[in-house]
Amino acid sequence: MQASDRFNINSQLEHLQAKYVGTGHADLNRFEWAVNIQRDSYASYVGHYPILAYFAIAENESIGRERYNFMQKMLLPCGLPPEREDD
Amino acid sequence: MEDDQNNIAKTQEERRRMEQQLAALNSVAYDTDLYGDTNREAYVSSIPATDDDENLDAVENDIARKMASYTAPKSLLKDAPRGGDADEDVGFNRPKKIIDREDEYRRRRLQRVFSPERIDPFAMGEKTPDPSMRTYADVMKEESLRREKEETLKLIAQKKKEEEEAAKAGKVDSGGAAVAPVATQKRRNRWDQSQDDGVEAAAAKKAKTSDWDLPDSGGPGRWDATPTPGRVAADATPSLARRNRWDETPTPGRVADSDATPAGAVTPGATPAGMTWDATPKLAGLATPTPKKQRSRWDETPATMGSATPMAGATPAAAYTPGVTPVGGVELATPTPGAINLRGPMTPEQYNLLRWEKDIEERNRPLTDEELDAMFPQEGYKILEPPPTYVPIRTPARKLLATPTPMGTPLYSIPEENRGQQFDVPKEAPGGLPFMKPEDYQYFGALLNEEDEEELSPEEQKERKIMKLLLKVKNGTPPQRKTALRQLTDKAREFGAGPLFNRILPLLMQPTLEDQERHLLVKVIDRVLYKLDELVRPYVHKILVVIEPLLIDEDYYARVEGREIISNLSKAAGLATMIAAMRPDIDNIDEYVRNTTARAFSVVASALGIPALLPFLKAVCQSKKSWQARHTGIKIVQQIAILIGCAVLPHLRSLVEIIEHGLNDENQKVRTITALSLAALAEAAAPYGIESFDSVLKPLWKGIRSHRGKVLAAFLKAIGFIIPLMDAIYASYYTKEVMVILIREFQSPDEEMKKIVLKVVKQCVSTEGVESDYIRNDILPEFFRNFWVRRMALDRRNYKQLVETTVEMANKVGVADIVGRIVEDLKDESEPYRRMVMETIEKVVANLGASDIDSRLEELLIDGILYAFQEQTSDDANVMLNGFGAVVNSLGQRVKPYLPQICGTIKWRLNNKSAKVRQQAADLISRIAVVMKQCQEEQLMGHLGVVLYEYLGEEYPEVLGSILGALKAIVNVIGMTKMTPPIKDLLPRLTPILKNRHEKVQENCIDLVGRIADRGAEFVPAREWMRICFELLEMLKAHKKGIRRATVNTFGYIAKAIGPQDVLATLLNNLKVQERQNRVCTTVAIAIVAETCSPFTVLPALMNEYRVPELNVQNGVLKSLSFLFEYIGEMGKDYIYAVTPLLEDALMDRDLVHRQTAASAVKHMALGVAGLGCEDALVHLLNYVWPNIFETSPHVINAVMEAIEGMRVALGAAIVLNYCLQGLFHPARKVREVYWKIYNSLYIGAQDALVAAYPSLEDEHNNVYSRPELLMFV
Repeated sequence: MQASDRFNINSQLEHLQAKYVGTGHADLNRFEWAVNIQRDSYASYVGHYPILAYFAIAENESIGRERYNFMQKMLLPCGLPPEREDD
Repeated sequence: MEDDQNNIAKTQEERRRMEQQLAALNSVAYDTDLYGDTNREAYVSSIPATDDDENLDAVENDIARKMASYTAPKSLLKDAPRGGDADEDVGFNRPKKIIDREDEYRRRRLQRVFSPERIDPFAMGEKTPDPSMRTYADVMKEESLRREKEETLKLIAQKKKEEEEAAKAGKVDSGGAAVAPVATQKRRNRWDQSQDDGVEAAAAKKAKTSDWDLPDSGGPGRWDATPTPGRVAADATPSLARRNRWDETPTPGRVADSDATPAGAVTPGATPAGMTWDATPKLAGLATPTPKKQRSRWDETPATMGSATPMAGATPAAAYTPGVTPVGGVELATPTPGAINLRGPMTPEQYNLLRWEKDIEERNRPLTDEELDAMFPQEGYKILEPPPTYVPIRTPARKLLATPTPMGTPLYSIPEENRGQQFDVPKEAPGGLPFMKPEDYQYFGALLNEEDEEELSPEEQKERKIMKLLLKVKNGTPPQRKTALRQLTDKAREFGAGPLFNRILPLLMQPTLEDQERHLLVKVIDRVLYKLDELVRPYVHKILVVIEPLLIDEDYYARVEGREIISNLSKAAGLATMIAAMRPDIDNIDEYVRNTTARAFSVVASALGIPALLPFLKAVCQSKKSWQARHTGIKIVQQIAILIGCAVLPHLRSLVEIIEHGLNDENQKVRTITALSLAALAEAAAPYGIESFDSVLKPLWKGIRSHRGKVLAAFLKAIGFIIPLMDAIYASYYTKEVMVILIREFQSPDEEMKKIVLKVVKQCVSTEGVESDYIRNDILPEFFRNFWVRRMALDRRNYKQLVETTVEMANKVGVADIVGRIVEDLKDESEPYRRMVMETIEKVVANLGASDIDSRLEELLIDGILYAFQEQTSDDANVMLNGFGAVVNSLGQRVKPYLPQICGTIKWRLNNKSAKVRQQAADLISRIAVVMKQCQEEQLMGHLGVVLYEYLGEEYPEVLGSILGALKAIVNVIGMTKMTPPIKDLLPRLTPILKNRHEKVQENCIDLVGRIADRGAEFVPAREWMRICFELLEMLKAHKKGIRRATVNTFGYIAKAIGPQDVLATLLNNLKVQERQNRVCTTVAIAIVAETCSPFTVLPALMNEYRVPELNVQNGVLKSLSFLFEYIGEMGKDYIYAVTPLLEDALMDRDLVHRQTAASAVKHMALGVAGLGCEDALVHLLNYVWPNIFETSPHVINAVMEAIEGMRVALGAAIVLNYCLQGLFHPARKVREVYWKIYNSLYIGAQDALVAAYPSLEDEHNNVYSRPELLMFV
């Protein structure tokens, strides 16, 4: 970061971004990003009732069950993190 | 020693003789008829040095005496208007020493002593404490011993006094003389002072003179248990034992005299100051030419005093002393500057000496060989070898002797100029340390020893490190300070609490500390506290000793800082430690200590919660041992109420219960503070919580009947704050009850009582349930008789309070009653009084309107107001003007009959010689213009308009501004068509005035011109408008934003009136000017013209201007476009395709600013047309914006990012995400960083919208990345 950057709005912006869990950074790997995507998706499904209803019809499940399933899937949505290769 | 004494005696004798001779010479010229027979014996020949019975600030003294137990920030008590000196050094504010602005009372902080560390029982576990450590029990024991000692001393003194008394009485009786001596000894009751002032004054004088004659009774006594700041001499118990500076021989070892340098007691661990003194060689000569500054005598060291003191017995003939003083003998005692010890604390005078010495040494240093070479011719001289036996003398004493010291009167000699010399450039401190001020040597002197750090023990190294860091924090540059502060914080636990606080805290007691330094050091404490946490426990009391004084500092921020530290401290140390540390101070003999401790306790309560502190408070308030403890306990409750306000509500009942018994306490001070605490609690709780006060109502009630004076005032205050909490019925009942006493106290001559009574009346009257009839019949007559007198107008606080109370009454009883009573006084002969009347009438009428006022009163009122308005000599606060305006506006159409008279006055005053009067007359027109219109006095207004028009040649800008304002007001109400003089005549007269550079003129003029351009542009030929346009360009430079905005708007009006072409041409030409602000304003004006005249009239010319190959012009065009699209919003959809090629070009330009401005234009455009179907053009533009994401210049990158954000809004997040995806996992980190930044802002802006647009990732062995849900299909 440059010296000038430290005091301008950008630094505040980055601080703001850092407060959100789903934001990323240059060292994010594929797995971490995918996890964020998955969680955001499930959160979105749960948050939009019509979508939930649509999925319920498609899967022939109750809406509540769907919601429960999505919430459960938010835990480890992509499985366990892969072993780090670099060490 | 012996010699010195003899010398002194001899000098004194000599001086006395000389003065007698002089007096004999002068006695002929002294006219006793004229000056009266002076009895010199009556003069006070000694000046008490130690006791705080004399307060130099008379105001302070007076207030302090009366307000001893009322607490309010000193700034409020002291803010009586003072002229002059505040403005003296505007601009550069020299750093001010804290001690310079402190009063006697606050300076007592320096008398406080650090107690050694105490044990932390929590850290001990089950172990029995080491006997060498101080425990709570030890401290308490010490405290009680001290109390006992005081008591005993008091008793002894009393006994002695009685004996003396008896002896004297015996003598007097035998002589058969009067009772006077008894009166002398009568203890003075401060409250009743005025009644027997004569006797008291005599007594005071007696007491003061007597201590010179009386034998020393031993014991440095200050026995009065509560030495309040402004206490007068006679109040403190017998002054015979007062320690007096003159009693002591001025020996050189006396710098450490406790009076002269209060900090002497502060550093018990330091080398005793006297020792170093004795070690230094005493020198004759060097008559101290210390500059005699205007400084309180108390600050001076004995050094200068020795020379200037009129000796005992000598008549204080100040004029002769200087000539007599510098006789060698006395001067023997003067400490030479070089001998000033660097260890002990120094007084400011010593620093001056030291500085002075440094300067002299610089000038008198031996010439170097190079200098000699330069001075002497190269040939004809021979450089001799020094003889082999020669050894240069290096002792500092000799060196000083060698300097030329004037033995006679030190006359000023013009210093020779030496251009090569660098004054005031400090010698470099070793190791990159910041400059050390002379006063810092005693703390940081060790750093100057060039010892090898390796040889020091680890402990010493640590000390040194801390010292270095602290010095950097205190004196260093901001970056140095920052790093040092960080290091101190990071390593706090490593350094340990002991070494840190032992270094920091003495620094805070330094007498020459400045505000900034204190702030920095306090900051260090705060940071360190946070890190050390429970390790601070042994040092809690030490920290409190230095931090508590901040709580009563007059600077608001210092108080806040102090609170923060104490609150952090209590969180770190815990309640038990805090209580243990502060408990001994609660019944300290010194009132100062108790006062600050009470405040500190209230902070602890707010930090740790009131419930935690309640049991302790309860115990303290019921202390049987000393009234001081009870007093402090109750004061803590008061401070809690003041500090936390309505947050006391949950604990209100318990707090009241804790203190209620204090109302019947045997000690008067306790009763007073209890009542005040109740008042504070009620004030904090208002309007709730009356049920908590049930139990105190009765004692308060009894109290107001049985008490007098100060206690009564406090009780009344409590009742005054409790009544508003009551239900209507009770409030009415209690008001009636208390009113009897209030009315009795109306007559009290005491100022403080007056203020409290006014306040209580205000509170009572404003309470619901108090009937207007009751107020009208029972209160008003007495109230007006006692308070509405001229004297009340002279004191600002009385004035304010009286106006407020009267307005409150008017709210209840109506306008007519109040105004009827005071309207006659508008013709009073005292101007301040008239002003008070006027202000009251203004407020009352503004609040309640004038419908109550009947025709007779109306006549009186107008008559009075006219009189008061004309008779005023000075009105800086515009009271008369505002009052006039308010009355006329509220009377409305009823003023019609008086308008000719009013206008006559105005016209007459417009012609007055005094500029102020003219200005006020013009201001009055602008206030009453609306009413004149209501009264259909258009002809009159037209007439006034013509008169004002004639005065447009006014030379005083303030007046001219007001005249323009008046014209504007008239134009506003009667309209353009009916205006006289006609607009076509008026406007040409305004054009030259636009050139005026005075802000008030500019503002009023541009407003008027803008108004005319808006409403009556057709009355003026286009050529005139163009001329005005050119003048307006200059106004874009104005400093005031209001003027620039009005100017820019006026461009819009003019363009609308005469068509945009000419205006636009002018504006576009103005883009070529150099000044940035001017160009910026021009671009705004262009945008506004475009907005008012539709963009299509402006855009072609504007875009054509972009072809001018000049940076400023092109940027101006782009900026105009940016503003334009911002203003026109969704109208932009029609123009987006037209400007796209231009923006394409700009976004590809080499110049950064082009791209930046174009990007911000794109942003505004995108935001304006979002959802209006311009996606094709926007995507096209995004393609040009996107490559700029790698810019590093902050403004450019900001503009680009904002443009992308705009695109997100207009195009949707999915499209921008697609742009983003290409770089998120780019191999180059720099690229990834930028892309992730964009991604993140995209994510924050439209997280949900991204869900549908995320790429589908392929699964990897164990991990499933696909999102099958989105593929579902019904």
